[in-house]
Amino acid sequence: MSAAGFLSQLLQLAIALTLAPILVGWVNQCRAWLSNRSAPPLLQPYRMIRKLFHKDAVVAEHASWLFRMTPYIVFAAMALAAAIVPSLATDLPFARAADAIALVGLFALARVFGALAAMDIGTAFGSMGARREMFVGFLAEPALLMVLFTASLISGSTSLPTIVDTLAHREFAIYPSLAFAGVAFTMVSLAENARIPIDNPATHLELTMIHEAMLLEYSARHLALIEWASALKLFNYSCIGLALFLPFGIAEGSADWLAILGATPVLIVKLAVGGFALALIETLSAKLRIFRAPEFLGTAFLLAVLAMLVNLMLGS
Amino acid sequence: MNVSPLGLAASSLPCTMPAQRCRVSSGQLLSACRLAWERGGALVALWASDERDLGRGFAVRVLLRDGDGLTLLEHTLPDEGARYPDLSPIFPAANRMQRSAFDLVGAVCDAEDQRPWTWQAAWPIDRFPLRRDFEVSPAWAPGQEDYPFVRVAGDGVHEIAVGPVHAGTIEPGHFRFQVVGEKVLRLEERLGYAHKGIEKRFESLSLVDGYRLAGRISGDSTVAYACAYAQAVESIAACAAPPRAAWLRALCLERERIASHLGDLGYVGNDGGFAFGLSQFSRLREDVLRLNDRAFGHRLLMDVVVPGGIARDLCAEDAALMREQCASLEREIAVLRDIYDEHAGLQDRFRGCGQVTRELAMKLGLTGLAARASGLPDDLRCDFARTPYDALGVRRVTHTDGDVAARVSVRFDETFESLRLVRAMLAAMPDGDIATELPQTPASRLAIGCAEGWRGPIFIALESGHDGSIRRCHPHDPSWQNWPVIEHAVIGNIVPDFPLINKSFNLSYSGHDL
Repeated sequence: MSAAGFLSQLLQLAIALTLAPILVGWVNQCRAWLSNRSAPPLLQPYRMIRKLFHKDAVVAEHASWLFRMTPYIVFAAMALAAAIVPSLATDLPFARAADAIALVGLFALARVFGALAAMDIGTAFGSMGARREMFVGFLAEPALLMVLFTASLISGSTSLPTIVDTLAHREFAIYPSLAFAGVAFTMVSLAENARIPIDNPATHLELTMIHEAMLLEYSARHLALIEWASALKLFNYSCIGLALFLPFGIAEGSADWLAILGATPVLIVKLAVGGFALALIETLSAKLRIFRAPEFLGTAFLLAVLAMLVNLMLGS
Repeated sequence: MNVSPLGLAASSLPCTMPAQRCRVSSGQLLSACRLAWERGGALVALWASDERDLGRGFAVRVLLRDGDGLTLLEHTLPDEGARYPDLSPIFPAANRMQRSAFDLVGAVCDAEDQRPWTWQAAWPIDRFPLRRDFEVSPAWAPGQEDYPFVRVAGDGVHEIAVGPVHAGTIEPGHFRFQVVGEKVLRLEERLGYAHKGIEKRFESLSLVDGYRLAGRISGDSTVAYACAYAQAVESIAACAAPPRAAWLRALCLERERIASHLGDLGYVGNDGGFAFGLSQFSRLREDVLRLNDRAFGHRLLMDVVVPGGIARDLCAEDAALMREQCASLEREIAVLRDIYDEHAGLQDRFRGCGQVTRELAMKLGLTGLAARASGLPDDLRCDFARTPYDALGVRRVTHTDGDVAARVSVRFDETFESLRLVRAMLAAMPDGDIATELPQTPASRLAIGCAEGWRGPIFIALESGHDGSIRRCHPHDPSWQNWPVIEHAVIGNIVPDFPLINKSFNLSYSGHDL
């Protein structure tokens, strides 16, 4: 482990934790602009988290340890994932501990605990949200795995830094397999991050909620951690997408400090563009009826499989 | 309705549309309702009054409507033990009105369903607030009521209880779903959380002042309520508002319709996950409200319509602004309509969702905007057109599908029609006084006022007391008829579609709970 590696690991984690709420704030700003509204400040999610940390937590009478522990578990899982995903540099000491499949496992772990905690309270909304979350999850996960397998096939490894190193070194061209995989990944990301068209992060209608329905009983620091974790999840997905499909500008291998520092503004620009694209997709589409989700995610899976087949058969 | 085949003698009832009243025995009550049903009539309202001080016990009044106008059936219960027949087998909408009549007055109906409706344990169950000898005691603490919901049993069936406190800031109402997975097997509503004692409050007001309370029964229909109330007062006093006032009232009514429809169109889009629609329609609605404020001094036009006329005249400058606004609204709404109509995702949510067929709408007595979306063309502005609607010729807007898409489409069409009407009214507005002095009002006179609000027809039954006081006032919102229909509209739909279906009706809690 080099000093630069250690630094890049720390820097990357710090950047993920700080930038994640800002990314959410940015997407909200873009959404507001796109529908002619005046936008909330960029730092609004921070204010929200700060406000929540200053409040007293109200926990339901029948809540078990599972309910109290889940925010910490979910937050830890997302922070760990942020440490694994190469966003700034590929020389990440942590990344050797877990590969792409373990990353999907981390997301699944957070999901399972979220769902269990929602059911722990025993309210109708919690169970309803948990049920829908698992329903979306079991459709999205295979598609996500397929996308990652396609990338692994190209690089011959499931280790994320190796994949990104390989992809970043290829000459610039449109690879059919990656194009398919890119579309599939975008669709999966929308579903996994509870965005329109699968879920609506801005809704106040308890009957239509998926992700939000699971959080209805949370308050104060628990809610703050979960909100932060959700922001981190969006950040992580964005970084996975950027690392796989637009890896240019990332500090490669055992790069020096300068390269790492140089990679930061590039990442911010890429995230800003990505966040705007997300807001655009959300503004242009309506929410799907929940039973259309299998069609949506089935399409994502199909595209991911196509990507893999194209890669296997055409080698491109 | 011709009641002579039943051997009934009808006398005339002061109202701005053709109306008659007749005293009926319990047998005649049933047969008159059955006759009305056979002839395509519908139940408008059912309410009870305490008339023991007049030596008549309790009066149960049933207001029916058909192509000929209104028929008020008056039945007297001599004492507390007497019962009147259950009308819900003929008119299902009567069920909740009967239960509410018991909760408030203690008039007992001979029905199987004796559950409370308006009563929420805020007062002891054996006291009846609308009785004349009712007195509030500070010793009463709010109790707990145990409302027996109907449950569905079976494999995998479970219950979802929603409300009365919701995640958003909306009015209170409780919805009990019985579901399998995401599919709704049954929905049962529980309303009454917004009960404020409006009918009781009316009794302490004078006829002339009551319009302010009437305008606050349901804030989104304030003009319609105020118009209905003002007409009822004018009918009692046997006078009429001057022509210019009648035209201005209609202008306000149409502007209220435009503002409400714009708001609803935005919210229906938003509930479909299309927030763009909400921001655009909210912007347009805001323009309408601001011009309302400028022209009449209130954004929602509260207290503009007063008994005898209208409170504030429209100046030429504001009229010109309104004309301009109509043109720009027409343009912008046409663009937004294209966006809604061509948005595949939104249409996928709207079409076939929350369908109410014409047969079901007829059977349940659906009324107003929702009924027009299901192919029932009733509209007081066309059916019993008065000044100025008789001169303008309102185009009836109907749709046949009865789903969310149909209700959205009817809203769009009605908005365009209202914009046309506003323009026509501004062009042909007569000059003259805007209010007339109300003559002395006679005591013990019952009159009905009515207006086609944006949600549907609004009725106010007003009975005068001595010295210009109100003896009894019963406002009736179309939501009474339409709330039960939602229970049917969601059957077989999925749970996440309920907010969309509910919003496409957008019924009043406040106007229903009173």
